[in-house]
Amino acid sequence: MRKSYLVLLSVVMMMSLVLSACSGSNSNAGGNESGNNAAGNASSQDANNAGGASDGKATKLEFWTFQQLHADYYLEMAKRWNEANPDKPIEIVPTVSPFDDVHNKLLVSLQSGSGAPDMADIELGKFPNFLKGEPQLEPLNDIIEPDLANLIKARFDIYAKDGKYYGVDYHVGASVIYYNKEILDKAGVNADDIKTWDDFAKAGQQVLEKTGIPMTTLETSEQWSMWLQTAQQPGNNDLLTASFEPNLDSPEVTKVLKWQQELMKSGVAVGAPGGFHHTEEYFGFMNAGGAASIWMPLWYMGRFTDSMPDLKGKIIIRPMPAWNEGEPRSAGMGGTGTVITNQSKNKELAKEFLKFSKISKEGSIATWTELGFDPIRSDAWTDPAMKEPNKFTEYFGDGIFDVLTEVKDEIEGINIGEKTPEVIDAIKTQTNVRILLDGEDVEKVLKEVNDTLK
Amino acid sequence: MTGRRSNLLYSQKIAPYVFVVPFLLSFAIFFVYPVYSAITMSFQEIVPGEAKYVGTANYEELWNPSFLKALKNSTVYTALTIVLLIPIPLVLAVFLNSKAMVFKNFFRSTLFIPALTSVVVAGTIFRMAFGELDGSLMNTIVTALGFEKQRWLGDQWLALMTLLILACWRWMGINLLYFMAGLQNIPKELYESAEIDGAGTWKKFTRITVPLLKPITIYVFTISIYGGYAMFTESYMLWSGNRSPKDIGLTMVGYLYRSGWEQFNLGLGAAVGVVLLVITLLVTVIQLRFFGLFKKED
Repeated sequence: MRKSYLVLLSVVMMMSLVLSACSGSNSNAGGNESGNNAAGNASSQDANNAGGASDGKATKLEFWTFQQLHADYYLEMAKRWNEANPDKPIEIVPTVSPFDDVHNKLLVSLQSGSGAPDMADIELGKFPNFLKGEPQLEPLNDIIEPDLANLIKARFDIYAKDGKYYGVDYHVGASVIYYNKEILDKAGVNADDIKTWDDFAKAGQQVLEKTGIPMTTLETSEQWSMWLQTAQQPGNNDLLTASFEPNLDSPEVTKVLKWQQELMKSGVAVGAPGGFHHTEEYFGFMNAGGAASIWMPLWYMGRFTDSMPDLKGKIIIRPMPAWNEGEPRSAGMGGTGTVITNQSKNKELAKEFLKFSKISKEGSIATWTELGFDPIRSDAWTDPAMKEPNKFTEYFGDGIFDVLTEVKDEIEGINIGEKTPEVIDAIKTQTNVRILLDGEDVEKVLKEVNDTLK
Repeated sequence: MTGRRSNLLYSQKIAPYVFVVPFLLSFAIFFVYPVYSAITMSFQEIVPGEAKYVGTANYEELWNPSFLKALKNSTVYTALTIVLLIPIPLVLAVFLNSKAMVFKNFFRSTLFIPALTSVVVAGTIFRMAFGELDGSLMNTIVTALGFEKQRWLGDQWLALMTLLILACWRWMGINLLYFMAGLQNIPKELYESAEIDGAGTWKKFTRITVPLLKPITIYVFTISIYGGYAMFTESYMLWSGNRSPKDIGLTMVGYLYRSGWEQFNLGLGAAVGVVLLVITLLVTVIQLRFFGLFKKED
């Protein structure tokens, strides 16, 4: 029986080989069939017909991503591009696959030198894998450098190697803290009085005593909770040093995890149900008022609107507490870079389109109005368009952007290097669980784990 | 001329080769070549745009806590699945084959249906059932019985138990099917004559059923070794990613995936694959020799 599964599997694989071979000559139909996941299939095909000029003259640009929203975004931008540039119409052919699949397929096709799309999304944590050796991606300096004065440079440095920029992000990913105001009110805590992490711990104690609800959840099998707190500290080191060496046993990380361990011991914080802040368990727990706060990047807003509908109107967004008053209150975190592969036959056109959709001011504003992301162009932040209502202002109230403008100059960058995937794996499986759940000695664990990474 | 051609077409020497060519071709392209190229890659450092030979560096790098943990996990898991998934289905098959059994078809199908579900779906459901929250299925059961609630997927042995329950639930029906097929082939006369000689149920089971099921048992044993060492999806789904705490659910293939893909170190990944191949090969050969499969049949 197991054997017949293998047979079935190989038949399926051969079929998909045949199908993807079709996509070379007959790209639209074949490409969609072989790559799309079921959910993405229907909508992106509909959108295809709407988005591209289908009179046959349009240049087709194939785009791979793991996020349906991103595919929809480029389809919308292609529509706008075709209106603005009737002489060189383009048609975006998106393929949406699961997260790991996209990255694995892209690695294979870049490694083997054929089969890669024109454009693709690569998530930040996976990006270093694509920068190893000689990157098989197109440098984007000529479209980035002219605008660099208005762009948030830290967001481009994380996708760069040897002075060449390879990716354009969708957002800054400024981190903020989300409070459940209903719970804070019950405990008599005012969110605006919480300025430092010490204040936060004290307020947490009060919340726990008055309501019996933990102040926050900490991730035990992922890196965000501790990475944000590490990166927001002044100085250039976070999980990696500025020279890209593993930095887990540094004073910065030790301080964060000691503080988190204290919070866990006192019950003010509990481990995130399911281990991290993207599990069904966590969404259900938080949605039912299980904890009073969470700090995550701004893009986490979408998880609230989509997966925690009952908290609508109860969540307020504030700058993160600082370690000491006056120190930075945010870090730009997470992200996904759109790249152009060196196998594209229309590199110049793809570059122009990429610039049009994300680097230009209009494109930057669209990342907010269409996707709810904080744009990578600082001059877009103050634009009146940012004040208009959308589904996020409906959920969180107006003034989301006021919080961002408040911390605008305090957004710390992060270091991303070849060691990043390994360091993150170690955090997911070793440090956090041993320190936060098993209560092991912070310094000892961090030293031991960091030594294995060198 | 025509004579020679028809000779060639009808040649009894050539025909067999023609018939096996499709198999040989697909075997060479889809098996021999990938294995060969995996072995080559395991001696290389591969980065985009270049591959260079680094000798045995990848194999030396394997001697690290994560790999050893993965090796241990996979070995313990394989051993325990064999301990559970051979005797139990065997006994169940005997029950289901017996005339005294009622609702045979019902049991047969309920035991087999799990094998038809996808591991991804089953793994996700098991993750929910074995969740750490008060409301998860398992915690509801144990607290109702008066025990403490558990972090099922956070403890080495509880996690292993969860993996084993998942494996039993899924593979029980398939192994059962093998054994039932084997039982059909045992001639009834043997049991009848044993009864005449005064053998009881237990004697008949140990002296007739078990020995005559030996070929089937060996087959199940062999695929279980392979299945155990190749386990990955179950662990990947239970922890929604390759991220079990302290690597308690990391398997050999999980480590291969982590080093080869998540960290894009294809050379190291290939080395893990080669070691996995050698281990399963060794264990299987030892096992087959132990059961005397290489000796001539009596």
